[in-house]
Amino acid sequence: MSKHTLSVLVENKPGVLARIAALFSRRGFNIDSLAVGPTEHPSVSRMTVVVDVEDQPLEQVTKQLNKLVNVIKIVELDPGHSVQRELLLLKVKADLESRSHVLETVQLFRAKVVDVAPDAVTIEATGSPDKLDALLRVLEPFGIRELVQSGVVAVGRGSRSITDRTLRPLDRTA
Amino acid sequence: MPTQGTMTGAASLIRSLEAVGVDTVFGIPGGAILPAYDPLLDSTRIRHVLVRHEQGAGHAAEGYALATGRVGVCMATSGPGATNLVTPIADAHMDSVPIVAVTGQVPSAAIGTDAFQEADIRGITMPITKHNYLVTDAAQIPRTIAEAFHIAATGRPGPVLVDIAKDALQAPARFEWPVEFDLPGYRPVSRPHSKQVREAARLIVGARRPVLYVGGGVIRARAWSQLRELVELTGIPLVTTLTARGAFPDSDHRHLGMPGMHGNVTAVTSLQKSDLIIALGARFDDRVTGKLTSFAPHAAVVHADIDPAEISKNRVADVPIVGDCREVIADLVVAIGAEHAAGRLGDYAAWWHQIDGWRRRFPLGYTTPDDGELAPQYVIERLGAIAGPDALYVAGVGQHQMWAAQFISYENPGTWMNSGGLGTMGFAVPAAMGAKVGRPEATVWAIDGDGCFQMTNQELATCAIEGIPIKVAVINNASLGMVRQWQTLFYNARYSNTDLDSRRIPDFAKLAEAYGCLGLRCDTAADVDATIEKAMAVDDRPVVIDFGVHRDAMVWPMVPAGTGNDDIQIARGMAPDWDRED
Repeated sequence: MSKHTLSVLVENKPGVLARIAALFSRRGFNIDSLAVGPTEHPSVSRMTVVVDVEDQPLEQVTKQLNKLVNVIKIVELDPGHSVQRELLLLKVKADLESRSHVLETVQLFRAKVVDVAPDAVTIEATGSPDKLDALLRVLEPFGIRELVQSGVVAVGRGSRSITDRTLRPLDRTA
Repeated sequence: MPTQGTMTGAASLIRSLEAVGVDTVFGIPGGAILPAYDPLLDSTRIRHVLVRHEQGAGHAAEGYALATGRVGVCMATSGPGATNLVTPIADAHMDSVPIVAVTGQVPSAAIGTDAFQEADIRGITMPITKHNYLVTDAAQIPRTIAEAFHIAATGRPGPVLVDIAKDALQAPARFEWPVEFDLPGYRPVSRPHSKQVREAARLIVGARRPVLYVGGGVIRARAWSQLRELVELTGIPLVTTLTARGAFPDSDHRHLGMPGMHGNVTAVTSLQKSDLIIALGARFDDRVTGKLTSFAPHAAVVHADIDPAEISKNRVADVPIVGDCREVIADLVVAIGAEHAAGRLGDYAAWWHQIDGWRRRFPLGYTTPDDGELAPQYVIERLGAIAGPDALYVAGVGQHQMWAAQFISYENPGTWMNSGGLGTMGFAVPAAMGAKVGRPEATVWAIDGDGCFQMTNQELATCAIEGIPIKVAVINNASLGMVRQWQTLFYNARYSNTDLDSRRIPDFAKLAEAYGCLGLRCDTAADVDATIEKAMAVDDRPVVIDFGVHRDAMVWPMVPAGTGNDDIQIARGMAPDWDRED
């Protein structure tokens, strides 16, 4: 299996997320991560879906996704030619003794402390999935109390945009 | 009819249905859809057929669509009314039948509260519709209806459900027609890529053992005259799948018949031995391919379909062509004509010699039971001969369906309809009803099994009362015949729960009479013709014939599930004797 990142432009309508999630599950595909948010166009949302799948079934799931009436466009983003990021919020045990070590790690990974309690700190970090995995490995020995992670969001490198040409005609009808 | 004005959402729903050209709605009212039924009473353009069960409405809409080529419409209330439509919607989804289902929903303020008769029918039908809607704003009704019919009928056809909250039906809104809509994510491709078509033409004239694998898409695209041109031009043998029967006349010698699990030896074997399969609107269904890895191992594949997701889904295509079958085949004819003009003609003489050999040695047939009981195949064969090629034949699912696909000679497109992909028992009676409403001048025969018939025969009441004189042939072997056949073959004849005892209970002829139909019985071969002719002579009410048939009759040939098509058996334990020379 190999991981593929799909950027899916969808109409911003009720039920779209359910349609997409259900399609993956009924066709037997596991979603690794999924992130949804608005785009520069109010009637269009963008989903970033990471799936673990071989090439041939990936083509099939892409075609099936394309058949959903609310799906406008699907682009696979190559990890080498795109920026892929996720956000991590992490509550780590940190008492007087360990706090300085924790903070040092935070600095090394260019993460941020966003909340401090007497026995814990909350850390915010963004980065590629690999970087966040590395951060987690280093912080694990201190004791992780709580962890929450966003799905991957991704955008292609360079000046080209996948939304440009797709969204321009929508401006006329909006 | 005014084209605009302020009215209730319900009235604008009926206006919208009229405006898209609906002339028939099959349905049953109930609480949430009630507002729509009031203006429906005043519609002079729409006939509402009051069915007895919503499943009947759904299959009737399918039968109507299959018989006319137009979008079929069914209507039901919220909750159980809507969930009863689930089976026909799934059926229409599998067989690409254009229907629109309109359902009432509880008032929008009550959605999500587990209100009386609330069911999330949009959520429930998401995986079995081409698209679906929940409308909570009266102003959106006309645009939604316009979109729904557009989506159902274009591209690869399919079912669309429009669920409308009761308060949206009651609220006043402005109605205007036509409405504009924009579906940025829905742009079906109908024009095939010319480069691909040329490549296909090149393969076709170069092939030695080509077969046209014709699927239901050819019927949906109404591409039968293009198909005829293609066959006339090339002389390539063709097979028609279960959903494509009738796309090309069975009587034409270039037609090898039906392939698949119960296909004839020649049709199955020609695909197996071919060096080029030209799939037109077919989807390499498991019932056609058998074990996929051993299907047509030497064949290159040209695959034309309007749905890009079908191409290379099961079998990788060497030449994929996305497009409407009508345009694809027309373009293929031109491209092959150009190859011919350049002196590149296909030579299939040796191939035909081989095929004709199989045809001579392995014709379709059946044995007459020794005990004098009626052979079901004989009944169906006679029915086809007497009712003729202009009648419409609607089957349920099981042995009778396969025999009806095998032993009736279909000469005209759209004269055969059945539940192919989903395999819905109970399809025949309501679908025949819908077909008869759509084509009242045609003789419509439902060929049903005793198991199927008992699932939906309540629609005989609808037929009798609404003046829809369908004819039903119940092929009564008093059992769930196809399941019993599998038990005979694969479960050591241990007949677990397949005996329906329906030669005894119910009395189908009496049941028919109770429903206001003519009920007939026939148990001997000598009476078959006379009984069918008697049924043919009645046109003022539905007719049901209970044919008591031999229970151990089996459908042959058969490719046992999970095996490859080379393992086809022509009778129990009997493989074709390939090596024998004539």
